[in-house]
Amino acid sequence: MAQQTPPAIKFDKVSRHFGDVKAVDEADLEIRDGEFFSMLGPSGSGKTTCLRMIAGFDRPTAGQIFLYGQDVSNLPPYDRDVNTVFQDYALFPHMSVSENIAYGLMVKKVARPERMKKVDEMLELVQLSGFGGRKPSQLSGGQRQRVALARALINHPKVLLLDEPLGALDLKLRQQMQVELKAIQKRVGITFIFVTHDQEEALTMSDRIALFNQGKIEQIGTPAEIYEHPKSAFVAGFVGTSNLVRGEVARRITGMDVTFSIRPEKIHLGNIKEKAPTDSYSSDGTIRDVVYLGLYTRYHVELDGGGDLVVVEQNLKSTSMDVLKNKGQRTRLHWNKEHISKMGA
Amino acid sequence: MLNKISTYLYLRPKLVLWLTLGPPLTYMIIVYLGSLFNLLINSFYYLEQFTGLIVREFTLGTYARTFEPANLEIFTRTTLMAIAVTVMDAIIAFPLAYYIARFTPPKLKTWLIIAVTLPLWSSYLVRVYAWKLILAKEGILSWFINLLGLQGALDWLLGIPAIGGSSLALSPLGMFIVFAYIWLPYMIIPIQTALERVPHSLVEASSDLGAKPLQTFRTVILPLAFPGVVAGSIFTFSLTLGDFIIPLSLGNSKFFIGQAVYSYQGTAGDIPLAAAMTMGPVVIMIIYLLIARKMGAFDAL
Repeated sequence: MAQQTPPAIKFDKVSRHFGDVKAVDEADLEIRDGEFFSMLGPSGSGKTTCLRMIAGFDRPTAGQIFLYGQDVSNLPPYDRDVNTVFQDYALFPHMSVSENIAYGLMVKKVARPERMKKVDEMLELVQLSGFGGRKPSQLSGGQRQRVALARALINHPKVLLLDEPLGALDLKLRQQMQVELKAIQKRVGITFIFVTHDQEEALTMSDRIALFNQGKIEQIGTPAEIYEHPKSAFVAGFVGTSNLVRGEVARRITGMDVTFSIRPEKIHLGNIKEKAPTDSYSSDGTIRDVVYLGLYTRYHVELDGGGDLVVVEQNLKSTSMDVLKNKGQRTRLHWNKEHISKMGA
Repeated sequence: MLNKISTYLYLRPKLVLWLTLGPPLTYMIIVYLGSLFNLLINSFYYLEQFTGLIVREFTLGTYARTFEPANLEIFTRTTLMAIAVTVMDAIIAFPLAYYIARFTPPKLKTWLIIAVTLPLWSSYLVRVYAWKLILAKEGILSWFINLLGLQGALDWLLGIPAIGGSSLALSPLGMFIVFAYIWLPYMIIPIQTALERVPHSLVEASSDLGAKPLQTFRTVILPLAFPGVVAGSIFTFSLTLGDFIIPLSLGNSKFFIGQAVYSYQGTAGDIPLAAAMTMGPVVIMIIYLLIARKMGAFDAL
């Protein structure tokens, strides 16, 4: 077998403690070469601290970080072949767009003609040709974002770090930038590490996702794995919405002592008079609340004998009038046994 | 009643503006600009040499007198001193301000800023006289220099005609030391404020892109803090230009602008010449600000 390329980034039991606070606690992680990797989690979960440790702005209190096999744990940022797109873009306000983008080459003393050539290439890559002479203050949020990207990519780093770069953009622009970022990543072939608290963004863009919670990595996997087979209640709750069923209710439905999660869209609102299909779990209940959301409708169903479940159904044929009538109706919920994810506690 | 007034004012934002802006504006126009204007008018009168009376007739003759070699020398001397003091203060202030802005926890920062401004709480005169004692021939500084065995070096310095004198307390060199000390807080605070406003992410971005700390300082921190240096230098420069206490108490027979103005309007009773001399610093400051603008000092404001 041919020798494998080492992982782009490897965390070996990396911890970062601030006094008593364990921002990152013994994280193990491997990010593959050329991957679009997302670090997802709520604020304060340690994802940004991990990113800052990869960039070199912060150093681990314990453990080691490897960049393509080289231990970089204690290298200063300027000695690492890694570049960052900052959350606030961090463009230099006293320099023009071109000067900002050329900065990485300038400090490395690349000759001016070559610098300008590369800047033009980058401006084209991020579709900002002709904007080189402007100051960052004369650009819109989306344009600044592109400049920050071009500035980070011009050094052709081994790994590009993106710290919630789309957070400040409005929804439309964000969705457009998601597609563009992904396309740019394919073109340049650099490993992207993307920090976000937006689970939809992570699901849309990533090859793999690491889900952070309270300084620990809860689960690493492809978007599909994370969504369909959450390993813990936290993952099930954070990525998409999920019904978490435990204790007495879970025992009544499955006949086993388990805790499981079931996605709202996997549950069918069955007719109370019809039998649930075989190889499915079912439970009877009353529809207590109906929320019409345009694309789909969300139902809150109170189960007979305690517990409740959220169900969503797409409004393929129904109108708001149709669905709102369902309030107070009896229903037999059922779902395929394969669609539940069993978890520990 | 109070409610009615509130509503009345709320609906008339322009009236509120005039009510709040009016008094200070009136003060500015009458007291501040008015006295400057008065000064300007007086500078176009002249003193009749024989009678010693002021003749209230328009003339440029008084201005011509400011260009006499003796007066030009005063302008040059004062401007050079102001430049030297400004440069010295910038050099001392920057590292201090940098340390306060970048490396101190908030609590310590408050204390350091208090420490920097603490001298301003005591009278300026007291501080000048304190320095006079420190710099005196029998003062503590001489004693200390003697202790280090550097008496020869001090004597050599004081022997240089342009800056020396009979002792540190009576020499341009001593004045320079006292000026630099007295105006230092006015340089530290603006620089510290400017540095405070440089987002830390810019420093991180610079080092992320491969810049060594010194490069980051030169290409990012210094240009962004430069308006602060200019703001501080406006203080140190103009305050040095106009001061007359320090030259009076530490200087020798070679006059500075403030001192000249003081003596022209006092002993000589030549108000027009004093007024014309006062216009000197104004012109010099305008030139200074134009140069600062040309250097891009106000671009980042």
